[in-house]
Amino acid sequence: MMYTVAILAILVTILLALTRALMGPTVYDRIAAINMLGTKTILLIAVFAFVTGRHDLLDIALVYALINFIGIVAVLKLVEHGNFYTDGNNVGKGEE
Amino acid sequence: MMIDLLSWICLSLGGLLGIIGGIGMHRFPDFYTRLHAAGTTDTLCATLFLLGLGLQAGLTLASFKLFLIFAFIFFTSPTASHSLANAAMLGGVKPWTRKND
Repeated sequence: MMYTVAILAILVTILLALTRALMGPTVYDRIAAINMLGTKTILLIAVFAFVTGRHDLLDIALVYALINFIGIVAVLKLVEHGNFYTDGNNVGKGEE
Repeated sequence: MMIDLLSWICLSLGGLLGIIGGIGMHRFPDFYTRLHAAGTTDTLCATLFLLGLGLQAGLTLASFKLFLIFAFIFFTSPTASHSLANAAMLGGVKPWTRKND
């Protein structure tokens, strides 16, 4: 019962974040919404581990936490520079 | 049972906070205010959820893993919000003011 309420609240939040990600006016809105969705996914996996009683699933939640942060930073770098291989010194100049 | 009651309170407060953040994501007028709504509620929501689950787990390996997840989210969520705001500022998104509504 307790876990059902928690999972329902997380699903409602994911739905709200997903609609913002689909209709966000700027690309940064979409990235912020996906960041929020990723955090809620970690919580969903953690609650699901307690629902099923398989605590090994918490490892997957931990890996999701790592991947979420790296992914957000990588997408921000891609949006800012247009590629993955230039450093911060030649912003906006493309390849040198 | 006392632990169950505390767990109920933590989980429902966390869920409520998450839904409030999702509503704020829709009701605020521009990107920076939306990022404020998402970024501030995210950390406390995750903390409350993991605390509620950790009360159910007791002092086991599971609660240690929950603590690891909490420590990582506690440091990376504000960092991600900061780099998002920084990238948006560099990308030329203007902050919302009353006169250009």
